[in-house]
Amino acid sequence: MWRTAKVVSLRNETTTARTITFEVPDWPGHLAGQHVDVRLTAADGYTAVRSYSIASAPSSDAHIEITVERLPNGEVSPYLTEELVVDDRVELRGPIGGWFVWRTQQAEPVQLIAGGSGIVPLMAMIRSRASAGSNAPFRLLYSVSEPAAVFYRDELRAVSDHDHSVGLTYTYTRVAPEDWPRVPGRIDPTLIASATWPSQHSATCYVCGPTSFVETAARLLTGSGYSPDKIRTERFGPTGDRQ
Amino acid sequence: MSIISRGFSGRRSGADVKLPPGQYLTTDFPVLSAGPTPHVSLDRWELTIDDGTKVLRRWDWKSFRDLPVETFTVDLHCVTRWSKLGTRWEGVSLDTILADVESDASYALAHSYGDYTTNLPLKDLMNRKAWIAFRFNGEDLAPEHGGPARLLVPHLYLWKSAKWVRGITLIHEDQPGFWEQLGYHNYGDPWREQRHWGD
Amino acid sequence: MSSHPFDYLDGNAAGGELSNIFALDVTAAEGQCAHCGATKPFAEARVYVRGPGLVARCAVCEHVLLRLVNVRQRLLLDVRGMTYLSLNASQSQESA
Repeated sequence: MWRTAKVVSLRNETTTARTITFEVPDWPGHLAGQHVDVRLTAADGYTAVRSYSIASAPSSDAHIEITVERLPNGEVSPYLTEELVVDDRVELRGPIGGWFVWRTQQAEPVQLIAGGSGIVPLMAMIRSRASAGSNAPFRLLYSVSEPAAVFYRDELRAVSDHDHSVGLTYTYTRVAPEDWPRVPGRIDPTLIASATWPSQHSATCYVCGPTSFVETAARLLTGSGYSPDKIRTERFGPTGDRQ
Repeated sequence: MSIISRGFSGRRSGADVKLPPGQYLTTDFPVLSAGPTPHVSLDRWELTIDDGTKVLRRWDWKSFRDLPVETFTVDLHCVTRWSKLGTRWEGVSLDTILADVESDASYALAHSYGDYTTNLPLKDLMNRKAWIAFRFNGEDLAPEHGGPARLLVPHLYLWKSAKWVRGITLIHEDQPGFWEQLGYHNYGDPWREQRHWGD
Repeated sequence: MSSHPFDYLDGNAAGGELSNIFALDVTAAEGQCAHCGATKPFAEARVYVRGPGLVARCAVCEHVLLRLVNVRQRLLLDVRGMTYLSLNASQSQESA
């Protein structure tokens, strides 16, 4: 069923991505990792539907956030990132998904691996952990093309600085900051070995990003000793778009 | 009743050209699929015509490429509403493929590498209406668009133009293919907007 | 004969469309492939959405598990590709 959601605030995350906060009457609540489908309708009745991960932690109010990246040839993302203004309305369906979720009762170590905009549902997990006061040990490996592409940088720094049970590793595929110890490139076994929980910790892994990234990361995890049933995956399209 | 999203119009463009009802013009060539792109090596590629029991004709890539080739320009209409006009192809006419094939079958079921199938009346493959196409826009047909060779039946919606075609079965009783089994029109004439069952 | 140019999504992407039909969450449901017998969460199915309909395929053998087509106001569902789908009845789509 579709609910009408109203835009209550907008925040730029990067030059091409922004976070949209919606007020959703009768929002039933959600779990970190779930997504919503967003439906836009043109005046002539033409509709387009796209899926976006919920970025905000579960809460008791009727607001949720999504972070949308503008895709160069997108049909919906340019509208959401450039045209949409406060008080506009869209339709939402959800929350959707019961597999790629982190529940606050989970106490075991968690390994998060994000490729590009795959950070969004994992950020919801980090936020959910914080708002629930959980001490579950978390590690995040966040792969982006370049520093300017990072979402939530300040918040991630604050979390990892203040909470030593949240480890944060960035890795860059195209352009790295000056003096970065690692040459820009895709994730590889060495990085997995140094930045993720050793497999003996039996961490639950959540991997999200473009399909090719997810396949690579999952393969590297199983190659380093993780059992496949400890790895949960969510694939975005080849360009990061879930449509 | 959906709410209207202020300022949203989608990707469609109006145009002065005449399109089948409900279509919009695109200059892209969207890739739509129901499964993974098969990668068929030319030394294993085959095209067969069979009657459900025995093979009537078979070509490997070499013998297929010895057949007379036509160059033709046609418009494509996809049931997902995009139309691409004036596309240039090279291929072998089904009139050539089916010449000397003796059959009193009225229907055909095209099979692709992978598991895709689509059905159509045999007469819609004849009389300069269909080709096995292997070059698009002056280049070898790319795998994501159906290469090495695809069926091309431009007077019907593009789902009838089976990508990665491997054979055509001639049948007496019509047999719905992959999409025709699940809501898509058995014939699929874009000009009569035959997208779905009951259209 | 097929390769993997990563043109698929996964069962999570089918969750919204399937929520029109299933009251229970499908992404965490366990399904058995009718062709090869592989048993996995539906979230791990390979889902193709760019086409006339949605097609979910077994991640192991690539055979079709499920197809869904939206035709005007009708939804057509073909689940012959699964021997079974096992869903958790204690959690609906929207509960924590």
